[in-house]
Amino acid sequence: MSGSIQDTFFEECEELLEAMDEGLTAVEGGDHDPEVVNAIFRAVHSIKGGAGAFGLDELVAFAHRFETVFDEVRNNKVELDTKLIQLLLRCSDHLSDLVAVARDGGTTDEEHHDALIAGLEEYMDDEEEDLTFEPMGLGGPSVPLPLAAEEEKTYEIRFRPLKEMFGTGNEPFFLFQALSELGPLKVVLDESELPGFDAMAMDDSYLAWNLTLTSTEPKSSIEAVFEFVEGLCELSIASDKDAEEEEAALAALNAAFGVSGDDSVTDPPAPFDAPAPAVTAPEASPQPVEKASSAKAESTKSEQRGPKPTLRVDLERVDRLINAVGELIINHSMLAQQIANLDVADLRDVETELEGFKNLARDIQEGVMSIRAQPVKPLFQRMARIVREASSATNKVAKLVTEGENTEVDKTVIERLSDPLTHILRNAVDHGIEKPDDREAIGKSRTGEIRLSASHRSGSVCIEIKDDGAGVNRPRVKQIAIEKGLIPENAELSDSEIDNLLFLPGFSTAKEVSNLSGRGVGMDVVKNAVTALGGRINISSNPGKGSTFTIILPLTLAVMDGMVVSVADQTMVVPITSIVETMRGSDDMINSLGADGTLLSIRGNFVPICDVASALGLRNPNSDQPPGVYLLVETETGQKSALAVDDIHDQRQVVIKSLDGVCGNIPGVAAATILGDGKIAMILDPENILAASTSSATFDTERRMSNAIAS
Amino acid sequence: MKTKVLAIDDSRTIRNLLAATLEEAGFEYHCAVDGRDGVDMYDDVAPDVVITDINMPNLDGFGVIEELRGEGINSKVPILVLTTESAPEMKARARDAGATGWITKPFDDQSLIFALKRVTGAVA
Repeated sequence: MSGSIQDTFFEECEELLEAMDEGLTAVEGGDHDPEVVNAIFRAVHSIKGGAGAFGLDELVAFAHRFETVFDEVRNNKVELDTKLIQLLLRCSDHLSDLVAVARDGGTTDEEHHDALIAGLEEYMDDEEEDLTFEPMGLGGPSVPLPLAAEEEKTYEIRFRPLKEMFGTGNEPFFLFQALSELGPLKVVLDESELPGFDAMAMDDSYLAWNLTLTSTEPKSSIEAVFEFVEGLCELSIASDKDAEEEEAALAALNAAFGVSGDDSVTDPPAPFDAPAPAVTAPEASPQPVEKASSAKAESTKSEQRGPKPTLRVDLERVDRLINAVGELIINHSMLAQQIANLDVADLRDVETELEGFKNLARDIQEGVMSIRAQPVKPLFQRMARIVREASSATNKVAKLVTEGENTEVDKTVIERLSDPLTHILRNAVDHGIEKPDDREAIGKSRTGEIRLSASHRSGSVCIEIKDDGAGVNRPRVKQIAIEKGLIPENAELSDSEIDNLLFLPGFSTAKEVSNLSGRGVGMDVVKNAVTALGGRINISSNPGKGSTFTIILPLTLAVMDGMVVSVADQTMVVPITSIVETMRGSDDMINSLGADGTLLSIRGNFVPICDVASALGLRNPNSDQPPGVYLLVETETGQKSALAVDDIHDQRQVVIKSLDGVCGNIPGVAAATILGDGKIAMILDPENILAASTSSATFDTERRMSNAIAS
Repeated sequence: MKTKVLAIDDSRTIRNLLAATLEEAGFEYHCAVDGRDGVDMYDDVAPDVVITDINMPNLDGFGVIEELRGEGINSKVPILVLTTESAPEMKARARDAGATGWITKPFDDQSLIFALKRVTGAVA
């Protein structure tokens, strides 16, 4: 049980850390709204509270100092200046590390830990440094009993409530009941102060009790019972053993005990003769029975109250459901195919129902997908930290601005985006943003800005990382690529082609690598990570103004809309999202360009044609292809191309089956799917096909040109 | 009949801890996610005792006590404050608002039950 509660705690910590980060980011941005500061305080406070419950002392101690400083801020005792905000940001990072250590084990950098604590303590009042967290005063049964058999003592307790006590909800009866658990208790009501009925004031207190308790518990246990009424009553507690120790009072007290012992009623501890009005009041208000019987339903309902009712579900269950929905869609396709093959005269009714089936399947699929969809916000917030760390490691000043944090993306995509984004951001700080002095010299603000944004773009998610740094150093990049033998020495590349060289495997900017981004990962790894998610990455750069990385990702990794086409007698699927337009070709639309280039003329514009069959090596490029169908696609750089396929069959949802584990990465092929007839079809990656065919064309041209010069 | 507890805390962890301890001890447990929610739920739940956190969004613990004890609801049930601060000023402030007692976080099962016992007499 406590294990699962601890899990909840760590889950909640994630949310709280997120809230804290968000608040701190707002504060950093100049928002010093007390409610923002309060929210951060509460987040830290809740982490501390939960950590305390699980005995996570290091976390508690750090959170306490953090919280204390925030309390000072909250009470306007400390001013939120840049220095403090930077410290708080570092502390928030560290707190998140401490949470991770508490959850997963490991250690944190002690020096760093101590430095932050020292930093925080500078802002703390000396007297605030009391770090004792022992539950105060709650002795009683919760205090471990001394091992040695304690001597039984007899306590004489005089308890006289003041009228103030009754406003607090404290009830003498319950106190006595708690007391009776410490040992046999005798209760004697002292009503001697009770005035006549006429003289009695309703809200005054006239009653007192003399209690005799025999117990092995120390006096502090008895005091603990009266903890809540301390100051609200006259209370005296005396024991026989006390008396023995106090020689002077011995005789008098012995006498007093003798008296009370003889005169008091010898009733068992409970029930005792207590005065009616005060004691029976709570008992006399029984709750309606119906309420109690509906308790279960009611408590469930109560938990659902509040701002955002949520349900936590094991991810595995959702994934099982997603798989089932995938099968359902395949099953629908097969069913549709079977029905179409039937030799029945009138299929209209069946087809209507089948259409309904399809729509429902799509609804279910969208619903299930949305369960997996999560806002990119937590991911983006983690990135702020990366930028902070990278800036301080390179002595640069950079801030991260985020946009579209509420854009929702599949959970797996978010998880797998973390590494590529980290790498791109480190690169942006390390290579993109200039040193503060250099920036100032060219009229930029000393603080570099990196803008991280997410948005939905027609069935895809677009993540953009834009910095206002120096941009790609193209001559340098080209030179490196030539040195590494990645491009011919005399290659003529467009600016965008040079920028994209960064993604080539084997391209390492070793000369510029600092200890920060040079972690043995090149941008090709980033590209592979994005490609593995079915996405694409592209860079555009403006010298002196900065670079922009654009990552386009599919919304889901399981199902997509595809156009079923045939290519050289094979059935293949092209993602609908990449198709702008389709058209049936005719000879007069095709124009030749040089020996093997062809252009398609569309309403006065020319776009290059790429024959899918030959690009995939399924057909000889020079074979006479019949004019088929053209799929007009647009690449990330905005260039249009026409993919030539033989025919279009259908447009439908297909379930994506990854090929990764089966046959690795095939150029031009993104994944596979199962069609209605049970056959497997490849899902094409148009961008990849085009890139492959244009780059080979480019190099061909280069080669032809150099050959011509040589001869 | 079980003693009904209304716990008001914005921390899910604390709510779960309270739920586990209280339900095991035989209390009927209801919870609210912040002060405003707690006050809104009060009449529906009609608890025998309220346990409230202090630092909460929307309405803090002192606000909860003031509203529960105030004219509108005029509650007489015991209210225990859940706090990490053991400072006397905090207790005084809670008591001034009308709190019955307090439980210091982190609490263990026994001290929680002991506190409830002292204000409701209930063992469960």
